Amino acid sequence: MTAPRQYRLSQLQALEAEAIFIMREVCAELERPVLLFSGGKDSIVMLRLAEKAFHPGRIPFPVMHVDTGHNFAEVLDFRDRRAAELGVNLLVASVQEAIDNGTVTEPPDGTRNRIQTPVLLDALEKYRFTAIFGGARRDEDKARAKERIFSFRDEFGQWDPKNQRPELWNLYNGRIHTGESIRVFPLSNWTELDIWQFIAREGIELPSIYYAHEREVFERNGMLFGVHEVCRPRPGEEVRTERVRYRTVGDASLTAAVRSDADTVEKVVEEVAVTRITERGATRGDDKFSEAAMEDRKREGYF
Amino acid sequence: MDLLRFATAGSVDDGKSTLIGRLLYDTKTVFEDQIESVERASRDRGDEYVNLALLTDGLRAEREQGITIDVAYRYFASPRRKFIIADTPGHIQYTRNMVTGASTADLALILVDARKGLVEQSRRHAFLATLLQVPHLVLCVNKMDLVGYDQGVFDAIQQEFTDFAAKLQVPDLAVIPMSALQGDNVVHRSDNMPWYQGSSLLHHLENVHVASDRNLIDARFAVQTVIRPQSGTHLDYRGYAGQVSGGVFKPGDEVMVLPSGFTTTIAAIDTADGPVEEAFPPMSVTIRLSDELDVSRGDMLCRPRNAPTPRQDVEAMVCWMDEQATLQPGRKYALKHTTRTVRALVKELQYQLDVNTLHRNEGATQLGLNEIGRVRLRTTLPLLADEYRRNRSTGGFVLIDEATNRTVAAGMVV
Repeated sequence: MTAPRQYRLSQLQALEAEAIFIMREVCAELERPVLLFSGGKDSIVMLRLAEKAFHPGRIPFPVMHVDTGHNFAEVLDFRDRRAAELGVNLLVASVQEAIDNGTVTEPPDGTRNRIQTPVLLDALEKYRFTAIFGGARRDEDKARAKERIFSFRDEFGQWDPKNQRPELWNLYNGRIHTGESIRVFPLSNWTELDIWQFIAREGIELPSIYYAHEREVFERNGMLFGVHEVCRPRPGEEVRTERVRYRTVGDASLTAAVRSDADTVEKVVEEVAVTRITERGATRGDDKFSEAAMEDRKREGYF
Repeated sequence: MDLLRFATAGSVDDGKSTLIGRLLYDTKTVFEDQIESVERASRDRGDEYVNLALLTDGLRAEREQGITIDVAYRYFASPRRKFIIADTPGHIQYTRNMVTGASTADLALILVDARKGLVEQSRRHAFLATLLQVPHLVLCVNKMDLVGYDQGVFDAIQQEFTDFAAKLQVPDLAVIPMSALQGDNVVHRSDNMPWYQGSSLLHHLENVHVASDRNLIDARFAVQTVIRPQSGTHLDYRGYAGQVSGGVFKPGDEVMVLPSGFTTTIAAIDTADGPVEEAFPPMSVTIRLSDELDVSRGDMLCRPRNAPTPRQDVEAMVCWMDEQATLQPGRKYALKHTTRTVRALVKELQYQLDVNTLHRNEGATQLGLNEIGRVRLRTTLPLLADEYRRNRSTGGFVLIDEATNRTVAAGMVV
């Protein structure tokens, strides 16, 4: 951060300063924070910000991944390597284990997004986490646009959009009773383009699937899905090899790729700057179930 | 590229959502899938036209009732600047959400329907924006297409608002005639109003000068946390992490630590990207001091000859935000100010302010939801506060109900 003569910060510098302030507040005021880390770009950016917030000290909280068992192998490898490099404790809450134990039931369509929520809530309870950092951004979804940076959740992890704590200036209220928790979103004010510009500026490494590569894909509901053990073409869905990249890296059975030639971070920044389709619109099957899919899932305790 | 945060305000049917929709649409910020989704939802609801309000009203309850309940944050960029919009509700029962949105805004848009002129809600929102010291106001005289783009109508509203604003402290005011529906003077200058020589709204937003809005005189740094790695490579490292909320700090500067009053000098200002030569608002940095002093969270670094006076008796304007309880003299709350939390007793409610007439009701005995009043508080520990008008971040606080943990009020030190 070099100071311009007129004492202005750039957009990215201002967003970074805000996120660092928020992370430090959480660690100063809440007893047991954890950062949700999937190996996706937003959570990778969160880890970099956490590094910066506590430098030259270490990141003072563990990270946790709610593993649906339907991940892209490249992303899991990356997740493990990154956590080891930073020396942070990586906890994994497994949806597959929960299915095997009978705690949750796999839905008939095989998608595991919805059953992530009880697995997440069980893990939060098990470790008694009181503050859970998430990489969600308000530009992702209209229900997210309404959420506070410190999002109060009751003892069931539920969000009540009509009863949110007012959030003024940078005074965040993290007071809770036993069993309740705060979801914290330091990237609330970032857009997809900010994330990519930050990744470029910081030279942050990402899982390879974020960059253009050749992949076997088929088309379903107007989206391009990669052939994966949990996502196979149905009769009539033709498999082709295309040059694609992923804009988000969620569950492989629900996350679609986009056609792209952007194989470097600079090219991705250019592509994101001119895209006419939102990140979720282009790549997420799970938000298309209903107009308020995200709000409904968040009410249940989802991020 | 820099960042401008602005809040929108105005009465329910003044076209706020249409204006935001127009800004987003004409700056090509609305994505194809969002438009498709809004078109589909409008069709399903039986709306005759594509309802741009559906772009911003994201909650089920909002869509059902066709009103905005809570603040939504929107993002867009022009080639000159990036913008964060706090889209706040117009309804009077959600005044607290307007206050939430305005607390961080550099600028507020106040919409007026050209056919109706100033209504109660326009005055109320202008008052709230000035109470929260939003440095720039823009009065958007909307729906000019429905009054034949008549200059006389515009002039009359401008005059009326200027007269009203004379009673408020409005540091910077622009008045723009527009039609959000037709796109006149929103992103592009309109040919329909040749008598108007000023800028379009977007041009104004891109060029309004905000660099001097921050207080760069009074150095203020509230300590968030102490960084002590205690690792082999940083055995003796001890840094004070925080965000600069006023002034400029440089290595070598003499600083005073409050509340202890000890003075020392700044040894270095660290960031993860290396040390910096100066730190100014809103940078998040870590300051190292030349002497080993007892400094902890909630303490404040400032200059020896320019420090806030620690005080336990505080006068403040408060906006009450809780629907379950009222503010009453004699009650105690947790008070969060910068990084310090103390307990506060409400000693006295001096008056309740009618936000429509600005009349002071000195007989008031309590403040209910959305009511604003002036109070006298006594705190358990001294508050290291500035007047809100000098510095919004060291002059603002919130009250928290210690039993329910709800944030019940916003306060501004007088």
